[in-house]
Amino acid sequence: MAEAVFAVAAVLMLAGAVGVVASRNPVHAALFLVQTLVGVALLFLLHDAHFLAAVQVVVYAGAIVILFLFVIMLLGVDKAEDLHIEPIMGQRPLAAVVGAALAAVLGTVIFTGADALSGVVRTSGERALDSDATDIERFGRVLFSEFAFAVEITAALLTIAVVGAVVLTRRLAGARSQAPAGAD
Amino acid sequence: MELAEISTGWYLLLSAAVFAIGAVGLLVRRNPLIMFMCVELMLNAVNVTFVALGGSLNDLGGQLAVFFVLVVAATEVVIGLALVVAINRRRAGATADDMSLLKG
Repeated sequence: MAEAVFAVAAVLMLAGAVGVVASRNPVHAALFLVQTLVGVALLFLLHDAHFLAAVQVVVYAGAIVILFLFVIMLLGVDKAEDLHIEPIMGQRPLAAVVGAALAAVLGTVIFTGADALSGVVRTSGERALDSDATDIERFGRVLFSEFAFAVEITAALLTIAVVGAVVLTRRLAGARSQAPAGAD
Repeated sequence: MELAEISTGWYLLLSAAVFAIGAVGLLVRRNPLIMFMCVELMLNAVNVTFVALGGSLNDLGGQLAVFFVLVVAATEVVIGLALVVAINRRRAGATADDMSLLKG
């Protein structure tokens, strides 16, 4: 059963990732991204990380990809891009070589380090995944005790991001005349 | 209920493949929106390794790391897309190659 779910998730993720890279239309790329994110959510479910799987679907596949689609529609860049133009000579073959080398290095590390974790003590106590608490209860307890400071910093980061987004996209009253006609 | 009987190595290999695909996409594509999507692919590949290794160590820390990565990815997308909108307002249809200078 778990093998079947893993296989489905792996196929979804790989096909979606290739789709993001290879699709000419940005809207299609965003939809392929949703496919990959759902595959990742399936893997989270396989690890009994139910809260993370829900957050993955709601926040990532929902909010973030919708934001992407909003910007695609807003800018009107939803027309297909000609992928045959290669602005820098030899960029694609070089990128393929770099990608293959990266995959080879990562694969080598995974194979040579396969038993690196064999001697590590499995966590016990509040942070252990096999404790009696439910998934979300355990998550909340650790997040708001051990990681309380990180949560506060994250709150500050989110506030700064919102203010930054408004500042970046705001148009000053005096600068309106510089904008091209019909840009509003 | 113990479903995660697939060895952690398979998760790591899958995430390495997705990470490499995302890296190639980031190098090849010139549309800044698609480059952002490739960054999201790479972030998600890393998230899979966090959850898989956390699961094999019986530790919640992996899932907590994924939670914070999610928040940071959300802010990164917000700022990045705001930049894309601001750049496109000045120069419609700008690709990554057109943005070689920091000044507008």
